[in-house]
Amino acid sequence: MFIIVVGQGKVGTTLSSQLCAEGHDIVTIDSEPAVLKKLQETLDVATLCGNGAAATVLDEAGAAKADLLIACTDSDEVNLLSCMVARKLGTKNTIARVRNPEYDSDLRLLKDEFHISLSINPELTCAREIFRILRFPAFLKRETFLRDRAELVELKIAPGSRLDGLKLMDLRRLTDVKALICAVERQGQVTIPDGNFILRANDRISLTADAAGLIRFMNDLDLPTPSIRKVMIVGGSRIAIHVTRLLQRNKVRVTIIDNDEQKCRRLTELLPEATIICGNGSLQEVLLSEGVQDTDAVLALTGFDEENLTISMFANYLKVPKTVTKVDRTEHLEVYTNAGIDTIVSPKLLTANEIVRYVRAMGSRSGQSMVALSRFMDGKVEAMEFVVPAGANYCDIPFKALQSRRRKNTLVAAIARNRQLIIPSGNDCLLPDDRVVVVAPRDVTISELKDAFPGGNV
Amino acid sequence: MNGRAVRYFIGHILRWEAILMAPALIIAMVDRSWGAVNGFLITMLLLLVVSSLLLFIGQKGDHSMQAREGFVIVGLSWVLLSLIGALPFTLSGQIPRYVDAVFETASGFTTTGASILTNIEGLCRGLLFWRSFTHWIGGMGVLVFVMAIIPLSKGSGESMHLLRAESPGPDVGKVSPTMRKTTRALYAIYIALTLITFLLLVLGGDPAFDSFCNAVGAAGTGGFSIKNAGIGAYSHYSQTVLSFAMMLFGVNFSVYYLILTRQARRGLMDEELHWYLGIILATLVVLVINTRSLFPSLGEGIHHVFFTICSIITTTGYSTVDFNLWPELSKWILVLLMFMGASAGSTGGGMKVSRILILIKSLGNQIATMLRPRSVHIVRLNKKMVEDSTVRSVHVFSLAYFFILAISALIVSFDNFDGVTTLTSVIACISNIGPGLNMVGPMGNYAAFSDLSKIVLSLDMLFGRLEIFPMLLLFSPAAWRNNG
Repeated sequence: MFIIVVGQGKVGTTLSSQLCAEGHDIVTIDSEPAVLKKLQETLDVATLCGNGAAATVLDEAGAAKADLLIACTDSDEVNLLSCMVARKLGTKNTIARVRNPEYDSDLRLLKDEFHISLSINPELTCAREIFRILRFPAFLKRETFLRDRAELVELKIAPGSRLDGLKLMDLRRLTDVKALICAVERQGQVTIPDGNFILRANDRISLTADAAGLIRFMNDLDLPTPSIRKVMIVGGSRIAIHVTRLLQRNKVRVTIIDNDEQKCRRLTELLPEATIICGNGSLQEVLLSEGVQDTDAVLALTGFDEENLTISMFANYLKVPKTVTKVDRTEHLEVYTNAGIDTIVSPKLLTANEIVRYVRAMGSRSGQSMVALSRFMDGKVEAMEFVVPAGANYCDIPFKALQSRRRKNTLVAAIARNRQLIIPSGNDCLLPDDRVVVVAPRDVTISELKDAFPGGNV
Repeated sequence: MNGRAVRYFIGHILRWEAILMAPALIIAMVDRSWGAVNGFLITMLLLLVVSSLLLFIGQKGDHSMQAREGFVIVGLSWVLLSLIGALPFTLSGQIPRYVDAVFETASGFTTTGASILTNIEGLCRGLLFWRSFTHWIGGMGVLVFVMAIIPLSKGSGESMHLLRAESPGPDVGKVSPTMRKTTRALYAIYIALTLITFLLLVLGGDPAFDSFCNAVGAAGTGGFSIKNAGIGAYSHYSQTVLSFAMMLFGVNFSVYYLILTRQARRGLMDEELHWYLGIILATLVVLVINTRSLFPSLGEGIHHVFFTICSIITTTGYSTVDFNLWPELSKWILVLLMFMGASAGSTGGGMKVSRILILIKSLGNQIATMLRPRSVHIVRLNKKMVEDSTVRSVHVFSLAYFFILAISALIVSFDNFDGVTTLTSVIACISNIGPGLNMVGPMGNYAAFSDLSKIVLSLDMLFGRLEIFPMLLLFSPAAWRNNG
């Protein structure tokens, strides 16, 4: 597809690189020549310097024949205008980043009026992600697939857990829940396990099941499922406001700490139910005196990665059951994870993911079959959703028989067929029009479902 | 200080006082009470001459004003209204002492309803009418009235200073975009509600004159009655009509405005309104139980207690029974209601329910802050943040309120009456109620007080009606100094 990306900030560059890697033609627009120069040195994209909302610039970028324009500058208004102008010039689809909560209520109107196909609010997206994590704090990451029917979660095996030392084949003896462990990370190495694989303490595992099954699975295996009743948020950002609203709807008590007095007053006004503390949340003394040790979760959401990391480490040290850390610079994710900071959210990545997901869905409509993709284990594992094409040569054959043809290190983790979720075993098979989730390490490139079954004719 | 603006406005106000005296003059003429006719004629002549002079010298030039002029105009005109409005009483010889007449008139304009008359029925009908009518004029505010009528400089927001200085409540706002429309809307609602009360009373069989005097007394939440026995002289029906009338006049008028402009939901969701009605209901239950043995039947008890509570909380001061004879608990609950008063933006006096709400909420915040010094709290009214400056002014207002109360009680104590009389007389005047307890109870009056006390109490009424600051500023030399 031919895609124009307006605004090369954090989200813009991430998007450009991801979409570029997936083989789309990208034109990037930004008003900073330096940014574009650097971008051109790292990515195979065309660049254009100028105002992304100006018709002349958009025209030069080729808006008339573009399939998609993504506007993600810092300004909501520029993004909306850019989308509107692009639409007029003939761009087929547009995506705008709109982050101001005051526009939330009129998004429907804006979408109609400006012909915007999708609008992304990074802070809200991030808040939703945090909320999803807090609903099931035992999971390091939680993702839904197949139109929200399948859950893909990541968790860490604690020493002494019933999973510690378990041979995967024996899992069915412990629980009747159909769940599939589809990836294991041990000391930085990712394996797609088979039935003979033996789990060890401190392994990070990815698991697929349906939502109800997941809860039973946790119960059957005596895994702790703590519930979150009290949350402390450091940093009164927009994400904090969105998260607080979501949490309070579920009767969770929220304390927000921020350093800025004016901001605190504004927060108090917006969030009458929350306790607002004016103080420096990166100071241990402040955190302790506001009772951080008694909270169920600490969310470090300040504007500084370093501060967030320190706060989370301190909370971990105090044995706060759950910490969520917001990190903007994602280069070092692995380092942080090894240091014990296991749940990290990055608004930039989340936004980029959501847009990429949308672009893929567009692609699947236009013939390509990948519907969704998400990354696990710090991006080392990818879970991809496909629609099984009619007449594929791997259909109607039980997985047992397909074994030889299956590409090494890939796994079909879930199948949705006629509103039903199937967690596949050796006796299941694929049928045309099924939606499937395939899990594979990142270095195994699977852009179509047939890449997972490369073997010849049977 | 822009003296021209002050003269111009006061000229208008005095002219209107003369015009508003006309109905009373006509009644006096119809009754052939020539003393009162004389009194009114001389006063009106004086008012017209003075106001014409003031308007003549103040007519030209700019009438621009700042907050200071607003306060001075309001304070000064209320003092003048009372001083001149008292003249007909003295000139007619029916209230021979001028101090008494001023007390009575101030009590009228400020809608207090405290009287020095021992035999009310001894006054002629013209003067009785004037006495009750001052309640109605003072209830909604004289300047609000003038602003509804005279053309003000178009498009400028200066007249807001006047509205702010005269209207009760911690945070005065316009209900419609222009000042003229706002003041007109308020007066239209005021007149309509008064007329409805009047008609209901007439329909109950009361004489038109009595109905009118009682209706305007309730509308302004004043409390002058034209009978020695107070409202007790009328039927239960009339008393019930007046109970509800008083209760409704104690509600913020913008609630009615919102209802009339089809924003009923917004109007009825008003937090102050809920508390106001809630307090009436709660005290009703307590007082009915507490005074159960005093009334022959429960229905009778509820009737009189409801009347008394509506009368006290709206600071009207009408009475059907002598609540001075009630048990101590009931009496002191009434005294607390006297302090609190009605809603902001109503015709009632007192500290206002919304101020009490803000005070209690900021007290709660203070405690929370002391327990957790870093926590941030704001005062919220109607789910909206109350500005810090408003909260602060409410604090200062309360402080000044009690300060003036203390000093006045100190001066009144020279008269050597008992403590309850001394204290409640000051409370009843500063909160614009009228009757207090003991000697100044519903069956008593203020005749026995010394001249000094009467002057202090008259000032207290003005302090209370104008919510302290416009009056206090009159005594500040800085208010009179030239700009610079």
